[in-house]
Amino acid sequence: MSAPAPSMYSPAAKAMAAQLGLKLGRANLEEFADTLLELARADGNVVAITSDSRGSGKLAPFGQRLPKQLVEVGIAEQNLVGITAGLAACGKKSFGVSPACFLTARSLEQIKNDICYSNVPATLIGISAGVSYGALGSTHHSLHDLAVLRAIHNLTIIVPADNFETREAIRAAARADHPFYIRFGKAPMYGLHAPDTVFAPGRAITLREGHDVAFLATGETVVHALLAAGKLAEQGVQARVLSLHTVKPLDQSAVLAAGRRCGAVITVEEHMVHGGLGEACAAALMLAGVRVPFHMAGFPDEDTVTGSQADIFRHYGISMEGLAETALTLLKSQ
Amino acid sequence: MSLAVLTDRDLALKSLHLRKRTLEAIYHAGAGHTGGGLSCLDILNVLYNRILKISPATVADPGRDRYVQSKGHSVEALYAVLADRGFFPDAELATIGHYQSHWVGHPTRHVPGIEMNTGALGHGLPICVGMAIAGKLDGASYRVFTLLGDGELAEGSNWEAAMAAAHHQLDNLTVIIDLNTLQISGRTRDVCNNEPLDDKWRAFGWAVKTINGHDIAELSQALSQAAEPGKPTCVIARTVKGRGVSFMEDVARWHHGVPNEAELKQALSELDAAAAALEASR
Repeated sequence: MSAPAPSMYSPAAKAMAAQLGLKLGRANLEEFADTLLELARADGNVVAITSDSRGSGKLAPFGQRLPKQLVEVGIAEQNLVGITAGLAACGKKSFGVSPACFLTARSLEQIKNDICYSNVPATLIGISAGVSYGALGSTHHSLHDLAVLRAIHNLTIIVPADNFETREAIRAAARADHPFYIRFGKAPMYGLHAPDTVFAPGRAITLREGHDVAFLATGETVVHALLAAGKLAEQGVQARVLSLHTVKPLDQSAVLAAGRRCGAVITVEEHMVHGGLGEACAAALMLAGVRVPFHMAGFPDEDTVTGSQADIFRHYGISMEGLAETALTLLKSQ
Repeated sequence: MSLAVLTDRDLALKSLHLRKRTLEAIYHAGAGHTGGGLSCLDILNVLYNRILKISPATVADPGRDRYVQSKGHSVEALYAVLADRGFFPDAELATIGHYQSHWVGHPTRHVPGIEMNTGALGHGLPICVGMAIAGKLDGASYRVFTLLGDGELAEGSNWEAAMAAAHHQLDNLTVIIDLNTLQISGRTRDVCNNEPLDDKWRAFGWAVKTINGHDIAELSQALSQAAEPGKPTCVIARTVKGRGVSFMEDVARWHHGVPNEAELKQALSELDAAAAALEASR
């Protein structure tokens, strides 16, 4: 047993980030809050709904500046989703904001029926997603959300990797005429994208080219895959890195291209390996007849180890060192 | 037909007609929720023919009143009322539940006039709270209505929404409870007692009225305006499950019992007799 890890990144990983020219930004949560405020100031129909979550959602400034556009419903997530649906049905661009763990488990039926089946243009924001709450334990983790929501028709699911993807995902949701679910954490994120990068829901972004192995990653694991690719390059292994920010609809062509042109494929996600990005990619590859050495990096079907988010990531090999090792092991096994 | 010319007697006659349409629809579908449809039919009739500012021509008007049927299983009665009101042809009632029909066995927005997809219980009120808040934000004058079953009140989401509606002072929101006192397993008070309902809703900050849910005049009076400024309105409508058909009234097995040909014939005959008696009393 050791003290909580202070950082998601080892000294070597930080050095690699510097070598790759990555700069540490702010939490995707903060980027979301500012983006939503910007949208709401421009459009009075943009409304945020919170379940006593304006503080944890960084929406206190939003509530102070636009009090009429923030609807507080108390600690009642089912009600939050129903109200978010009702507002959307009456012409509002409604954003229901609540911790991903509660939002997508307690309110699953409201998401399925009130938003997706009724097809209203509402957006659900899962904050402090994955294992962001760290040592608070499994009640507060959302390692199921991508799996259960993938099985519901009519929902675009986005897990942004950095501040840029977060900002663009929120803007895309505000423009959309159908439901979105966007989830992210609260740790500061490295910026991963060149200034001229184009973001479109459903289209993966290639962060690094390579043909020995492909990392198909989503959300706040993407940076670890990119760092691992840097480390692997030092050993002569060229890794492709894709940010699959949209888990549904999946960018099939990008996934199949990686499977056809790379020597191995590793999916990476802050989610249980059941039902998430990994199984979505596996299904896409199998259905297309693409045979490729394949590994799913994520959280196994067990009680999640206690610790900070950084501890948990490292424990399950979602780190520069862990993913590089996974890639080398997979390649050696062939 | 202009709504203004319909008297209470006209609406009472229409209710008998709509009960027949509801039973025929369930018979053709081979499935449905008979008892609850008949218990809420007068409520739906008064809503759509006297209260709601909505018509087939205004289904997309942002200023229209909204009705969301939280007790979505009583859909055949709702479809019968909407067809009669001209939202879609009567003939569609014979397609309920049939292969590739849009007329699903619970309300869906594919059907003209349906605002939201419902059927899982405890969803209508939270949705309507959102709709009522939207109306307040826009300074709109429309009203929002939802219909709940008394058995449905065991769903906790109703009480989350009840609390929020009072907190937000949604006097543009009206809940109607179809208090037929029966649910699929038997008496609601035996399954999970929810009485005293009026005290519960008052304690949650609502203005409460208790009425006879089969009396056209009482329904019209209770639903015509918010009961109290600054408070949402709860209308507790005392009803009889299976209302209008002697052998269905207050019998739990008719919750989703489907009449056979002989039972349908007898039920229609009873309703025709009631209509004839009402006509004769003019």
